[in-house]
Amino acid sequence: MADREAFLARVRAAQPAHEPLPEVPLFAAPSGDLRERFCAALKLMGGGEAQVETAADVRAWILQRFGSEARIASATPEVEGTREITADTKPASLEDVDVGVVRARFGVAETGSVWFSEREYVVNALGYLVQHLVVLLDPRQLVAGLQDAYRRDDFRGARYAVLVTGPSATADIEGVLIQGAQGVRSLTVVWLPVP
Amino acid sequence: MKVALFVPCFIDAFYPEVGIATLELLERFGCEVDYPLEQTCCGQPMANSGAQAEAAGAERVFARAFAGYDYIVGPSASCVNHVRDHFNAIEQTDEVGKVRESTYELVEFLHDVLHAQDFPWAEFPWRVGLHNSCSALRHLHEASVSEIAGPVFSKPLALLERVKGIEFVKPARPDECCGFGGTFAVTEEAVSVRMGQDKVVDHVSAGAQYIVSADMSCLMHQQGCAERMNADIRFIHIAQVLNGARE
Amino acid sequence: MKRVEHAKLAGAFLSRPEHVAFHDKRLWDLRSKRDAQAHAIPEWETLRTLASQIKAHTLSHLADYLDQFTRVAEANGVQVHFADTAEEHNETVYRILHERGMTALVKSKSMLTDECDMRPYLESRGISVMETDLGERIQQLDRQPPSHIVVPAVHKLRDDVAEVFGRTIGTDPHNNDIHYLAESQRMNTRPWFVREKTAGMTGCNFAVAETGTVVVCTNEGNADLSANVPPLHIVSMGIEKLIPRVSDLGVFIRMLSRSALGSPITQYTSHFRAPRPGAEMHFVLVDNGRAERLAMPEFWYSLKCIRCGACMNTCPVYRRSGGLSYGSTYAGPIGAIINPTFDLKRFSALPFASTLNGSCTNVCPVKINIHEQIYQWRQVIAAQHELPFVKQEVLKMAGRLLGSPTLYRGAVASLEGALRRMPNFMLYNPLNIWGKQRDLPHVPHTTFHAWYRKNRKGGGNGGS
Repeated sequence: MADREAFLARVRAAQPAHEPLPEVPLFAAPSGDLRERFCAALKLMGGGEAQVETAADVRAWILQRFGSEARIASATPEVEGTREITADTKPASLEDVDVGVVRARFGVAETGSVWFSEREYVVNALGYLVQHLVVLLDPRQLVAGLQDAYRRDDFRGARYAVLVTGPSATADIEGVLIQGAQGVRSLTVVWLPVP
Repeated sequence: MKVALFVPCFIDAFYPEVGIATLELLERFGCEVDYPLEQTCCGQPMANSGAQAEAAGAERVFARAFAGYDYIVGPSASCVNHVRDHFNAIEQTDEVGKVRESTYELVEFLHDVLHAQDFPWAEFPWRVGLHNSCSALRHLHEASVSEIAGPVFSKPLALLERVKGIEFVKPARPDECCGFGGTFAVTEEAVSVRMGQDKVVDHVSAGAQYIVSADMSCLMHQQGCAERMNADIRFIHIAQVLNGARE
Repeated sequence: MKRVEHAKLAGAFLSRPEHVAFHDKRLWDLRSKRDAQAHAIPEWETLRTLASQIKAHTLSHLADYLDQFTRVAEANGVQVHFADTAEEHNETVYRILHERGMTALVKSKSMLTDECDMRPYLESRGISVMETDLGERIQQLDRQPPSHIVVPAVHKLRDDVAEVFGRTIGTDPHNNDIHYLAESQRMNTRPWFVREKTAGMTGCNFAVAETGTVVVCTNEGNADLSANVPPLHIVSMGIEKLIPRVSDLGVFIRMLSRSALGSPITQYTSHFRAPRPGAEMHFVLVDNGRAERLAMPEFWYSLKCIRCGACMNTCPVYRRSGGLSYGSTYAGPIGAIINPTFDLKRFSALPFASTLNGSCTNVCPVKINIHEQIYQWRQVIAAQHELPFVKQEVLKMAGRLLGSPTLYRGAVASLEGALRRMPNFMLYNPLNIWGKQRDLPHVPHTTFHAWYRKNRKGGGNGGS
């Protein structure tokens, strides 16, 4: 392995003259209701939406949508899964889970993205190894754009943070859109305020 | 207004009618036009091939032939771009500097300096596909480009619109490169031809009877492709249209 | 090393019209989608300027930012390694895996690992490497490099993929249904994520100095699988990926996917700052000629690149020649300006695989002056006597001819005579490259010069 000091010294010797760091302004957000913008963006990225009255309805919705035999792993105490997950759960053990349930900390209207960290996921692999993801989102927890999301402190405290936008996708073969490339086949945002 | 006419080498050799039309057009607008007989070439072919130093001879001749003029006008955006931006093989004296900044492409000159509004002698009753060369578009900024968000404008169109009877078609990729690219046309012949064929097909499909451009090099390449393809389309330089050519 | 003959390889690609037509249309479509995004955001051009300035600033203080990044990362519990060369990168990765008894590596897309030729290095030492990105996997199975940095198998049609998969992972070679093919790859790859003695590797789109965070953008979620299932996550990153602050991501993430695919964001934008409890995270920082390029006044701007591929999508030459004709991990316009630093002679044809049309420069989200660097590389290549097409002597002769009005006029006079005299079939012989698929210009009866002398008096300066 290269020596750290020698490595940095070589870079330092090669650097061009100082160029200033610009001030990045906050740009005006497009007009429109945040939730409406979020929904339009989410739809564009292949995500789905559902509306429920209470947290108890979520499990019923899942069973109706994915079948009564669906294996459910829930990272949020609001929804009961068919198996328990904790921070000590082995990631690979989620391989046979049909539906993962997780509450997002916030959403981004510009892109239809939802934000998670290890705190939300409990087991990070929950967002990816399961076949379908159900995301609880409080409509009051929406920011307008990525410029706003990246000014939040949430990124600093998280070991792992992710902006998830719709399900896993690819168009690598002839540009044909496939949902469920390596990750989840579907992602559904369920609007539900935080209790 | 005294103007020196710069006739690029390949126009001199293959398309004298474009040089003649440019001369006559400038005279119609009251310019006193000199044609310095010593001129040869701007040096672009050597410089674009990487041998910038070998362009020195041509650049020296150009600087000498056009010394002292306030306006040097040439019907070729790529040549004019070379003079303004890459004319570096010779010593940059004040005189050379003046020649460089006084060199205009024809459309630029008509639009920005002469403010040419009308061409009452002109009539071109055809469906026209306007082709703007990449030099004219992206290096001389004579029109907006589809990949940059901003105000839409076009100096060549502003001029041609004033010609009686002219109708414009809308090709699918109006500002994609046609594939001439100088020596590229020969060193990357297969790709160059494919690009030229695609360009011709685009204009033909849009219904163009003529492709009009301010750059004869692009037209030379497109015409070569079109004729080999037996495509039903013709080619003419903007100077000729603005000067009153009917076909 | 032997020169990559771009023109010849492009000719081979062009001999398959169905592939070319699709390739050109698909990538132009991405370019059009990019345009739509750019036009929909009023501040787009301002964002480009900001992105360019942030990158230029960072590169001008790169050592300090690398210092900050690595110290913070180590404080976060990440193990940091430095690799001067591609070989050192491969050795380091192998050592990390071998020390922990790993026998397989699942990885998401990383151009750097292709640049370092990591796969054969690891595989020859007993480590299986599974590319998890669909496009990269297709190329891995077909033993071809990726042809595009964002859509690695864009040069293939569904029948090609069906043939490759049929040959390698046991699918029905006559079933070219794209959903079937994609699902087959998903099922074939999936067991590897949960396999024992397996590590995960990702590349890096952005490395944030402020927090020691590595940002990875994918659509498939394969980076998140590779990083979050196995107990070991290795990040391969080029030193030019640094940006100063988390808030700067508000500029770059807005631009990356819009520039690459014309979609507002990738399906997954992942931020890795510290390992999971009980797991390991390693960052391998690679130079491999980047510091050398940083010291080149004409070319260091190329290090601003965020690997979006927009330049490839817009390049009319790339779209019709295919990425494999560039002979390198990096193809298209960015390839033309990066590759000569790796091997000038080998890649000396690439800066000439360009019409200098400049649309690449216009779509680049970080405002790299690509077409200007392409022009500059031509000067460097000529100065090093590595011109691929024409001998320096020929250009010297042309220069002398065009520098002498008398010689020039003589040549023009004989040229027209020659063209007028020779019958068509001789003009169209195989040696005449222009005339292979194009008609030659018609020969006029006079030059402008001769017409002027005959029809107008005088001439102005230096009349002869």
